[in-house]
Amino acid sequence: MLFSGGTGRQKLNISFVSFGISQFFVFDISLKLVSQKSFLSPDSQSTFIPVAEWSRGEGQCFQVGHWNDLVMISCYDLSKQFGEFWAVDGVTLDVQPGEVLVLLGQNGAGKTTTVRMLTAVLTPSRGWAKVAGYDVMKHPSKVRSLVGVLTEQHGLYARMTAEEYLDFFGQVYGIDPVARRARSNYLFEYFGLMQVADRRTGEYSKGMRQKLALARALIHEPPVLLLDEPTSAMDPESARLVRDHIADLRSSQRSIIICTHNLTEAEYLADKIAIIYRGKTIIQGTLDEIKQKLMGPAEYEIRLGGEWSLDRLRLPENIRVTSRGSHGFAYQVDQPAVTNPIIVQNLTGQQVPVISLQEVPRSLEQIYLEAMARVEKGMAL
Amino acid sequence: MKRNFKQVWLVASRELRDQLRDWRIIFPMIALTVFFPFLMYYTARLAVELVNKYGAGLMGERMVPFLLMVVGFFPVTVALVVALEAFVGEKERGTIEPLLSSPLEDWHLYVGKLIAGTIVPLIAAYLGISVYLTSLWVSHIPLPNSSMLAQTITLTTAQGVLMVSGAMVISAQSTSVRGANLLASFIIIPIALLIQGESILMFWGSNTILWLAVFGVTVLSILLIRLGLAHFRRESLIGREIDILNFRFMWNTFRKQFFGTARHPSDWYRDTSNTLYQQRYSILIVIVIGIIGAFSAYFYAVYKMPFLLESAGQAGIKDIISEVKQDLSFEAPQLSFSYIFLNNLRAIIVSLIFGVLTLSVGGIMAYLLNIGLVGGVLGLSGGLGYSPVMVLIVGVLPHGIFEITAVVITSAAILHMGVMLVTPDPNRTMSQVFIESLANWSRILVGFALPLLIIAAGIEAYITPMLIAHFLR
Repeated sequence: MLFSGGTGRQKLNISFVSFGISQFFVFDISLKLVSQKSFLSPDSQSTFIPVAEWSRGEGQCFQVGHWNDLVMISCYDLSKQFGEFWAVDGVTLDVQPGEVLVLLGQNGAGKTTTVRMLTAVLTPSRGWAKVAGYDVMKHPSKVRSLVGVLTEQHGLYARMTAEEYLDFFGQVYGIDPVARRARSNYLFEYFGLMQVADRRTGEYSKGMRQKLALARALIHEPPVLLLDEPTSAMDPESARLVRDHIADLRSSQRSIIICTHNLTEAEYLADKIAIIYRGKTIIQGTLDEIKQKLMGPAEYEIRLGGEWSLDRLRLPENIRVTSRGSHGFAYQVDQPAVTNPIIVQNLTGQQVPVISLQEVPRSLEQIYLEAMARVEKGMAL
Repeated sequence: MKRNFKQVWLVASRELRDQLRDWRIIFPMIALTVFFPFLMYYTARLAVELVNKYGAGLMGERMVPFLLMVVGFFPVTVALVVALEAFVGEKERGTIEPLLSSPLEDWHLYVGKLIAGTIVPLIAAYLGISVYLTSLWVSHIPLPNSSMLAQTITLTTAQGVLMVSGAMVISAQSTSVRGANLLASFIIIPIALLIQGESILMFWGSNTILWLAVFGVTVLSILLIRLGLAHFRRESLIGREIDILNFRFMWNTFRKQFFGTARHPSDWYRDTSNTLYQQRYSILIVIVIGIIGAFSAYFYAVYKMPFLLESAGQAGIKDIISEVKQDLSFEAPQLSFSYIFLNNLRAIIVSLIFGVLTLSVGGIMAYLLNIGLVGGVLGLSGGLGYSPVMVLIVGVLPHGIFEITAVVITSAAILHMGVMLVTPDPNRTMSQVFIESLANWSRILVGFALPLLIIAAGIEAYITPMLIAHFLR
C-alpha cells in the first residue's frame, strides 16, 4: 500500500501512510485531482488501482496501491448458465501479479466462458470475480480497460493495415498518439511484423494474424492478460517467440491466464494449472502439487552396476518401491532431499555400485489424461 | 462528454473506412448517385412532355417531386445492407469480441455503427438529389418549390434513419447474417408501404399530411434507436449461436404472465387489477391523448361544417337525416349485437397489430382515430342542428362509457408494451418483454375489455337506437 487519500467535495487531502515504490506519486496525485474515483485513467495508463474505499463525512475516501500489491485476478464460485445449461459451475481462482495460470480442459469445458466473464463480456449467473481490484459486474468498463484479451478467433479487420489496426485499438484504450506510435513500433519490431505493418491484415498468414492479435492485446500494456490459445496456428519459431514474450510479461509482474490445449506450452509457462471439466474446476495448483495429488510423491529410478536382488539390499523404510528389476528399481518418496542421499549412502556402504539416480519424468500430458480418466470414471481426484 | 463522442466517432470512422474500401458498396453508390438521377431526369422530362401533350400539366408538376423522392430513396436502400450486418456480420467474421472486450461502452458501439450505417447512403442520396435537380435546372424544367424540396430531403433523411435504426435492432438481435437478411422483410415491407403511401400523398398534393408522415417516421426512428440501445447486450452477441423459434419458451412465458400464480378466478382478477394499476400512467396518457383528439376532431368538424352544408344543400341535409333515421331501425344489420361487438373487437385487435408493428405509435394513432371519430360526429351533429351535449348523452355515453373504457385500457396496454420495449432491462430479453407485454394486454382484454365490450354492444344495439330515435323525433 502506498498511501491513503480522501476527497471532500472537489478537494483531495492526501495523507501519506508509508513509502514504498515512489516513482508514481506525483503523476497520480495530479490525476486524482481531476478524477474523483478513477485512479486508472485510460489517458495516463496509470497502474494505480483502488484497493479499498469507504465513506467519511461528505467525502469518499480511498486507499490506493500499485497493482503489485494485489491478487490481480480473483473469482469465487463463478458460474454461468445458458438456458438450463451451466457452462461454468463454481469456478474459484486466484492469480497473483507475475503469475501464469493455465486453464486446461476439453473443448466446451467452460474455459472460454470463464475468460469472457473475467473480461466482463459475459455477466456471471452466480458468484463474483474481481480483476485488478474491480468487480466485473460493478465496473465492467474499468475491468476491460485493464485487461488485454487474445480471443479464440484473431478478430482482425481484413481491410485495415496492421498499423491502422493497432492505432485503432490504441485509440480505443485512450493512448495518446505519440505513445501509440511508439508502442505499435515496439510491438511490430518484437513480433517481426515491421516490414509488413503497412499491408492489409487480410493478406497476412495465420501466424502473422495471431501475432498481430497478440500485439493488440498488449497495446495498452495491461496488468492482466487473458490469452486464448496464444500460439495456435503459429510455426515453431513464432510460437517460441510468443512463449518467451509471455515469460517476459510474467517477469514484469503481469497476471496472465492462458487457455490452451498445448500441454508442452502449458508446462513451460504455467505457475499454476487449473483443469476444468464440464464447467467445474476438478483440480488446481502448481504443477508439482497436481503431480503429487494425482500420481503420488515423486518417483525416482536407480540403476545399479551388475545384478542384485532387491530383497537383499538394505533400504530406508519410508520408500515405496514401484517397480523392480535385476539392474535397478524405482521408488516413490515423500522427502527426496533427505531420503535419496541415505539410499545412495546405504547402497554404496553395501558395495553396490550406483550408476545413476534420477527422477522419473511425469509429463503434464500424463497428469492431464490421468485426471480426465479419473473424473470420467467418477473417481475422486 | 468529449471523450464519449470521440469514442463514438472512433467506431463510426473505422466502419466508414471499411465501407469506403469495399467496392461492393462503392460501385452501387456511384451508380445510384451519378447515373440513376440522370435516368430519373430523363423519365421526368418524358413524363412532363407526355402529360402536357394531353393537358394534364398537374400530373407532370407532381411527377417531378415524386421522382426527386425516388432519387433520394434508392441510395438509402444500401443503408439497409450495411446496417443489417453491423453487429452480426462482425460476429460471424470473429471481429466483434476484441471490440466487446474493450472499454468502449455499449452505446459507443451502437451509436458509432448507427452513424456509420447512415452517413454514406445519406450523402449519396443528397448527391443524387443534387444531380437530379441540376439536370432539371439545366433543362429548364420547373424545380419543386422550396417547401416541397425541404419536405423531400427531410423525408429521405428520416427514411434513411428509420431503415438503419430498424436494421441495427435486427443486427444486434440476430445470430447470423442469414437470419438478419431474412428478418429484413420486417423493414422492407413496411417501408415499401410507406413509400407507396407517400407517393399517393405527393400526387394528391397533401403537404400537411406528408409533414405528418415525416414526423411519424422520425418518431418511429427515435423509438427504434431507443429499442436497439435498450436491448443491446454484449452477452447476446457472444452467447447465442443458433436461431431456434422456441415455441415452448414462448408459450411458457406467455402462460406464466397471463395466469400468474392464480389458482382461482378471483386471484386472477386481483392480479389483472394489479396489472391495470401498474399501467396507470399509460392509462392516464391515453385518456389525455383521447381528450385532446376528441376536442380537436370536434373543432375541426365545427370548422368544416359550413363548407359541407354549403356543398350538400338543403335537400341533401334532409336526405342525410332520413338516412340516419332509417339506419336506426332494429332490423338494420350493422346495428345487431354481434356486428357491434365484433366490429369493436376487430378495432381493438387492429390497434394491437398496428401497435406491435410500430412500437405502439400505430396503435395509439388507431385509438386516436376512433376517439376522434366521436368528437367529429358530435361536431357534425351540432352543425346539423342538434345539441352536441344531447347527442353525447343519449347517443354516445350509454354504451360509450363501457366501450371507450375498453378501448382506453387496451390502448394503454399497447402503449405500455412500447414503453417496456424501449426501457432497458438487463434481466429480460426483448422477446421476453414483448411476450409478457402481449400477455398483459391479453389478460386486460379477457378480464376487463371483453365484458365491457359485451355490455357496450348490448346497450348500443338495443338501447342507444331507441334513445337516438326518440331524440331525433
